[in-house]
Amino acid sequence: MERVPILKIGRVLLVSVQIDLQDQTALALQEDLSERIVSTGARGVLIEISALEIVDSFIGRMLSTIASISRVLDAETVVVGMRPAVAITLVELGLSLGGVRTALNVEKGLEILDRDMTVEDDNVIEDEPAGSAAGSVTEARWPN
Amino acid sequence: MAELSVLGTDEVPIHTDADVVRVRQLVRAAAVAAKLSLVDQTKIVTAASELARNTLIYGGGGQAVVETVNDGRRRGIRALFRDEGPGIADVDLALTDGYTTGGGLGLGLSGARRLCDEFELDSAVGAGTCIQVTKWTR
Repeated sequence: MERVPILKIGRVLLVSVQIDLQDQTALALQEDLSERIVSTGARGVLIEISALEIVDSFIGRMLSTIASISRVLDAETVVVGMRPAVAITLVELGLSLGGVRTALNVEKGLEILDRDMTVEDDNVIEDEPAGSAAGSVTEARWPN
Repeated sequence: MAELSVLGTDEVPIHTDADVVRVRQLVRAAAVAAKLSLVDQTKIVTAASELARNTLIYGGGGQAVVETVNDGRRRGIRALFRDEGPGIADVDLALTDGYTTGGGLGLGLSGARRLCDEFELDSAVGAGTCIQVTKWTR
């Protein structure tokens, strides 16, 4: 069975799916990613699927599951590069990938993840002196 | 209606995950050769993927037959999935979105029907299931 490589770039794990995914390969990717998120402390996962000619219900479910697992492990997932024909087919199939963030390409996906991480960094920086200045803790939080 | 002619036939056994991928590749190649639009190619390949997986998981394996057909006016891709598994007891229920006995999303069968132009399901409990889908050029 082939395995999909996972690359680490800063605090982001990048997965570019370049093969026709067998179900077992998809399941292995789910497990590998979970382990890498924990071992690297990554805060973001970028899954690039522009080479995928189809996303059926199994692969769609894998994307949703990866997004959920990574959220539980304190990382955000963005799926990028879906082909238009794949998007049309996916929706007609009955899948909307609820709970999965998407972006058109790697660049935009990285922007989303960067923004998330920058917001968190700002919070950490502003939260520290807030310990001495009572009342400012809530002000420093990003409105969600 | 004009007689349906079969321009090409391919058969693939479905016994492993890798066979499901092989079915997808075969349907894709046939759909490209039949000059289906990119969206229609993607739809029939996705439907075939769902049905091949069902043959493997629920039917315990089986066979796919992929044909290029012509009805006198247009070309189409016809894919048949056959197994000798337990069969489907309640076809209407099995075709309901979200219904599953296998822990999946319950979209395979109902979704595959939506993605194709024609959908025929023949199943008998204890004897197996046969599903045929067709997608025509526009």
